[in-house]
Amino acid sequence: MPNRPSTLSAYCLVVAFLYLPMLVLIANSFNSSSLNGTYGHLTLDWYTALINDHQILKATSLSLRLAAASASFALLLGTLAAIALVRFERFKGRTLLAGMINAPLVMPDILTGITQLLLFVSMLKLFGGPSRGAFTLWLSHTTFCTAYVAVTVRARLSDVDLSIEEAAMDCGARPAQAFIDTTLRIIAPALLSAWLLSFTLSLDDLVISSFVTGPRATTLPMVIYSKVKLGVSPEINALATVIFTVMGVGILLFSRWMHKTRARLT
Amino acid sequence: MVFFLIPFLFAFKISLAESVIAIPPFSALLSEDGAHHWVLHATWASYRYLFTDPVYAVSYLYSIKTAFGCTVGCLLLGYPAAYGMARAPKPLQPILVLILMLPFWTSFLLRVYALEDLIRDSGLLNLLLLKLGLIHSPLHLLRTPTGVFIGIVYSYLPFMVLPLYATLEKLDRSVLEAAADLGAKPWQVFWDVTVPLSMPGIIAGSLLVFIPAIGEYVIPDLMGGPSTPMIGKVLWTEFFENHNWPTASAVAVCLLTVVLIPLLLKRLGSVRA
Repeated sequence: MPNRPSTLSAYCLVVAFLYLPMLVLIANSFNSSSLNGTYGHLTLDWYTALINDHQILKATSLSLRLAAASASFALLLGTLAAIALVRFERFKGRTLLAGMINAPLVMPDILTGITQLLLFVSMLKLFGGPSRGAFTLWLSHTTFCTAYVAVTVRARLSDVDLSIEEAAMDCGARPAQAFIDTTLRIIAPALLSAWLLSFTLSLDDLVISSFVTGPRATTLPMVIYSKVKLGVSPEINALATVIFTVMGVGILLFSRWMHKTRARLT
Repeated sequence: MVFFLIPFLFAFKISLAESVIAIPPFSALLSEDGAHHWVLHATWASYRYLFTDPVYAVSYLYSIKTAFGCTVGCLLLGYPAAYGMARAPKPLQPILVLILMLPFWTSFLLRVYALEDLIRDSGLLNLLLLKLGLIHSPLHLLRTPTGVFIGIVYSYLPFMVLPLYATLEKLDRSVLEAAADLGAKPWQVFWDVTVPLSMPGIIAGSLLVFIPAIGEYVIPDLMGGPSTPMIGKVLWTEFFENHNWPTASAVAVCLLTVVLIPLLLKRLGSVRA
């Protein structure tokens, strides 16, 4: 069995491997030379270009709204599914529900994307709607986010002691009231992290969105992708730096808050 | 009852949708509109086409091979890391997990782009190696199978480390001590006790890497080239560039069966256990 310093060094190697490309990219975003591998002086030009890029701003606004809407609706559906799976031992289609909830987690995006597109196309033929665009994006983002919410909430919910809720009902609370006052409060941090996970996944999705979107709805990853395909884009370096920083700081603050809440609960 | 019914109805709707759309001929048979004949005939032709044109067989095999290689790569790199995390002092562990997961929370696409930027022919990696005199001409990593391998391992590594860490962390240390007391050498303890006990983590992590890696599109498109015919890329090209929806659907259905095999094997294994 290897001793402690050498085992943690493997961890450090992995972390270095994960962070190095991101750090180099961040450094490059302040590099005045737009040619890769050459180094000019420090500049904020790429950030100025970013703020003035109408296409990116429009796509960012769509992506943010889409992510918030998908995460919120997925939180509702996913939590209900998790409750059904944890609280009801057996019902018709339980295995099916469990399978359907877990499937999108491992399915390659490309399969989810093409199957959902075919669904929307046949729906369009049968019912005359919805046409492809922001609405279909919202539907399919909600679908895959629901899976992540259900798994996150289910894990937390199965740890919750049912007797607390029963005690609340013995004290005269109605079932819904008892649920909201006890269990829902206990799982609240899990709900928040499920929402956050859904938000980031939706914000980042490229493959599924490319299939289900229409000509007028272009999300941020789609814009990034088309720019990246053309080669090095200093503007994207600046955008990546902003996203890495905002997300990184956001998640750090969130996990600190989670840590405090957990410490208070136990 | 409300909590039971609503998700059930929604899941039922989604399940119907998925089974209908995953197999195009079925949806075509159900619909009574003008496209009926077109979809039905075209689909069977596409399946025949899949078997006659070697491009598809080559891509499926290449994707499986690549996904397998990447899974092994993630395991070799991830196991020691997860082991180290599980052995670290308890208060330190949540911080180690957080550091590892932080990149995963940012953006997959931008991380792939960052990696591509780093390892390209004129990128910083080659620049440093050239400066240090370790190589005399830039390493060609992009547009090669090695590039795709590095890309997938880089992107999916956290999915391997986390389940491994979760099982290793729960490992009862007294079992290891008992094995050592009974005279097992450290490496024997590791191979005969630690590794078998962490099998659930190894299986979970491998599935989380292997299955999405088979259908990976972004990484082979950005970092690969003609020498890396991944099936996800073939499907994308068939769909968006050739506008051949029936063939793309047939590719998808075959891919789905390929993906389901490891999942069914796992289910069988857990039922037996």
